[in-house]
Amino acid sequence: MATKVLMPQLGESVTEGTISRWLVKTGDVVNKYDPLAEVTTDKVNAEVPAALSGRIVDILVPEGETVAVGTPIMSIEEYGGAASEEAALEAAEPAPAGAGEGESPVLKPIEFEPARVAPVTGKQRYSPAVMRLAQEHDIDLSQVTGTGAEGRITRKDVQKIIEQGGLPRAHAPSAALPQTAEPTPPPPVNPGAGDQVIPVSSVRKTIAARMVQSKHEIPHAWMMVEADVTNLVNYRNKVKDEFKQKEGINLTYLPFFIKAVVEALKEYPMLNSSWDKDKIIVRKDINISIAVATEDALYVPVIKAADQKSIYGIAKAIEDLAGRTRAGKLTVDDMAGGTFTVNNTGSFGSVLSAPIINAPQAAILSVESIVKRPVVINDMIAVRSMVNLCLSLDHRVLDGLVCGRFLQRVKEKLENIGPQTNLF
Amino acid sequence: MAVISYIDAITMAMREEMRRDPGVFVLGEDVGVRGGVFRATNGLIEEFGEERVLDTPLAESAIVGVAIGAAAYGMRPIAEIQFADFIMPAVNQIVSEAAKIRYRSNNDWHCPLTIRAPFGGGIHGALYHSQSVEAMFTNVPGLKVVVPSTPYDAKGLLKAAIRDEDPVLFFEHKRCYRLIKGEVPETDYVLPIGKADVKREGTDITVISYGLTLHFALQAAEKLAQEGISAHVLDLRTLYPLDKEAIVEAAAKTGKVLIVHEDNKEGGVGGEVAAIIAEHCLFDLDAPIKRLCGPDVPAMPYSPPLEKFFMLNPDTVLAAMRELAHF
Amino acid sequence: MSNQAQNRHQAVGLSDQQVLDMFYYMVLARKIDERQWLLNRAGKVPFVISCQGQEAAQIGAAFALEKGKDYLCPYYRDLGVVLVFGQTARDCMLSAFAKAEDPNSGGRQMPGHFGSRKLNILTGSSPVTTQVPHAVGIALAGKMQGKDLVVFTSFGEGSSNQGDFHEGANFAGVHKLPVIFFCENNKYAISVPLKKQLACESVADRAVGYGFTGISVDGNDPIETYRVMKEAVERARAGGGPTLIEAVTYRLVPHSSDDDDRTYRTREEVEEAKKQDPILRFAAYLKEIGLLDDTSEKELLERVQAEVDEATDYAENAPYPAPESALTHVYGA
Repeated sequence: MATKVLMPQLGESVTEGTISRWLVKTGDVVNKYDPLAEVTTDKVNAEVPAALSGRIVDILVPEGETVAVGTPIMSIEEYGGAASEEAALEAAEPAPAGAGEGESPVLKPIEFEPARVAPVTGKQRYSPAVMRLAQEHDIDLSQVTGTGAEGRITRKDVQKIIEQGGLPRAHAPSAALPQTAEPTPPPPVNPGAGDQVIPVSSVRKTIAARMVQSKHEIPHAWMMVEADVTNLVNYRNKVKDEFKQKEGINLTYLPFFIKAVVEALKEYPMLNSSWDKDKIIVRKDINISIAVATEDALYVPVIKAADQKSIYGIAKAIEDLAGRTRAGKLTVDDMAGGTFTVNNTGSFGSVLSAPIINAPQAAILSVESIVKRPVVINDMIAVRSMVNLCLSLDHRVLDGLVCGRFLQRVKEKLENIGPQTNLF
Repeated sequence: MAVISYIDAITMAMREEMRRDPGVFVLGEDVGVRGGVFRATNGLIEEFGEERVLDTPLAESAIVGVAIGAAAYGMRPIAEIQFADFIMPAVNQIVSEAAKIRYRSNNDWHCPLTIRAPFGGGIHGALYHSQSVEAMFTNVPGLKVVVPSTPYDAKGLLKAAIRDEDPVLFFEHKRCYRLIKGEVPETDYVLPIGKADVKREGTDITVISYGLTLHFALQAAEKLAQEGISAHVLDLRTLYPLDKEAIVEAAAKTGKVLIVHEDNKEGGVGGEVAAIIAEHCLFDLDAPIKRLCGPDVPAMPYSPPLEKFFMLNPDTVLAAMRELAHF
Repeated sequence: MSNQAQNRHQAVGLSDQQVLDMFYYMVLARKIDERQWLLNRAGKVPFVISCQGQEAAQIGAAFALEKGKDYLCPYYRDLGVVLVFGQTARDCMLSAFAKAEDPNSGGRQMPGHFGSRKLNILTGSSPVTTQVPHAVGIALAGKMQGKDLVVFTSFGEGSSNQGDFHEGANFAGVHKLPVIFFCENNKYAISVPLKKQLACESVADRAVGYGFTGISVDGNDPIETYRVMKEAVERARAGGGPTLIEAVTYRLVPHSSDDDDRTYRTREEVEEAKKQDPILRFAAYLKEIGLLDDTSEKELLERVQAEVDEATDYAENAPYPAPESALTHVYGA
């Protein structure tokens, strides 16, 4: 097995090096510590030694070229079989702590101590800013629904109310009939004997906050179409074994659905957009967020540039993202940049759902279970594989007309899948 | 406008000032023929000669003490301490002498001295080539403590330091030297010492930082924007005296403040920033003032996993920012 | 000294008037110092640090320098040096009373912390020996600007153990800078005697480590001190680099008004030293060669006394700095 030799870090603060001269060529046999190349950096000029004995398989960086520290510059095949990849010399490579370079390190628990909110006991505690704003603008905080952690009322919540001209006032301030129409804060939840109290993890808190925020800020509207995917089912059943054998991954239905959605988004870009106060931002890139559930949480990794991918490419991306989600190895980058979400609720057996929009996206589509149903075709009853496609949309951005057309396109595309469909 | 590295901006500032004013000269260990161990004074001896680019004996107190004498006489010395970690032998000269010369002589004498020192970690420098020592100097009236985070700021602030009538400690994050590049005009410009700079406008949370960690905050802000979180990022730039007005303004803007620095948490600059906010804008605060800092251990260890554990990174900063945004 | 009067000062280039001026400064320094002790014991000034016993070394050395051209980085006992450079009895008393007009610091520093830009005296501090690298820096700056100035810096023998002495001396030696390192060895660093401070024979021996001349001289003799200083100054001006001079003296009084020297040295030792009091010795010399008699000595003492009285009255009645002025001059404009 060939071992890659990396550009070493020669000197503190150095981030790149130039191969000034190769001292070996492909095919040469070198002993451990033999010089391989002369490297020039801002601070030093040095010879890079071999970390192992072996034969030069490949020289990856030509003389005169400057590459970042940690970049593979050549590979050596070690004597006597398998060696670990990227050995020895890479120890000099720094953690890519710096701005904009290197891969993003894997998300891991951090020592940052989160700000504590008051426990949910029914008694709210307010920040100094919230108290001041409420007093200055005569706002009854007990009438306000908070969007912060654990329902805390944030400064922004109060500012929003002020911008909207204050809370609707009760007509009888004498309080003979207190709080008739306005929502009341939920009563305290007291655990009973034998109840299980589960502490809320920070991931769960994040999910909760984002769901609340989405439902609070976005006026959700909802539509559904049903599609006849009999041809898709037949086609997929025909090719899936061969696909698995050749490509090593399962061919599920989801890549077909995502492909259809992406093509329809190209035609109706308004669904690939975001609401931003006084403007709507229509995204150029089509990055599809997919929901991946673990036992206790929900992650939404992103298939980047989905419009540039084949069904195979999408299948591979799903396999990769789902695998890493379950292994807890998603990076921040993996979850960033989504422009539209496809949620495979069918995998839980659901036939109908009303998903919450993944803000700041403008819409989310859920793919329900494919079920065989009797369907009327040309006045005849046939047994067909049917699927429901449900769309939640941000009604600030989108209206029924465009969404209806969009769903129709998705439906058409799905119904036209068959042996002529190109997987690659 | 040319895009150059942070360290090249520093060299450019010194070269321009040495051309402009014959009183400006450089002294320190290895600054001459070698051009500095980090190459910050690269090319200066060729242009200005060994009389103005002085290789001194290896003795930090003399480097600073001699520079103080020359500054009091009327020169504009730039003393380089090779690593901020090695400034300790010179602390008496800096704190007892340079900082107090104007005050103790009732404005009769003054000391226009610049002391440059690379600080900070992430370069396998271990305990004695990685420290952040700035907090030791940020309660010494008479000193000014400057930490630029971008090449543009590095040039403008170093020129300002050299022209300043009082001693300025100019700490350069050594990890930024070749990592951070940016547009730097070749024109003569100075930036005001004592003024912080808003590096990104935002409405949900305020991050206050300086040096390398400022870049982590900016990267994180970019990612959080995609989640709909808008971060306001303030670069302190001068750590002493602090730009109290800018700190209060930035804190009041969002009411949620995260202070980030590589230096240890307890007794760090962040504590003073937090105190200023607590004193001046309590009723704008919507969350506890948070700090994300290096751990309170003596210094950064050598072994890579230990160093990595000590150092903040874009993800730890991002997580802290998100957490606060959701509060 | 032999019975036959021998004129030693002409041999080293000092005129009769110059030696009489030297004597005046020695007496003036002594009388200012004594008055400050009285004021301290009367509860009028909080602190005194003394030059008594070291006047000959200080004034002999200062006479070898050129006022208005050369620079001083003195230490806290150098009253005699700064008087020669232009400070007055009134200046010293204003400093002792910590009044607004104190030219050293406007009442901000303890007495003995000399400084004056117009007199080329660099402001000093209390941590000992920090002034030594400053002197080297001024010499470096002067050299860079093509001036032929010489910098005089002084310190005690205890301070010759400080890193700043060694770092500064080494720097000046490497760069051949015109600095005179003037050690006033008064035998005690507060309570610790010379033999517990140094393992070498004399402070002057330390110069060899830095590649320049070290000379030990009788600091009770202003003419001999002048001679050695003059040579060092000429060498420095000619580009010959620094010189370390050790002037051997004795501190006739406790370290400061807060010290009691009976805890660490015998009265007999002090009484013996007083017989070598440089002022008595120099007066005897001037009388021997006929430059001074009892009458002219009395006149001089009265003149100095009047000067000190006037200075004390002036300083005692001078205004203190305004309290809020404590906030000014942290930074320049």
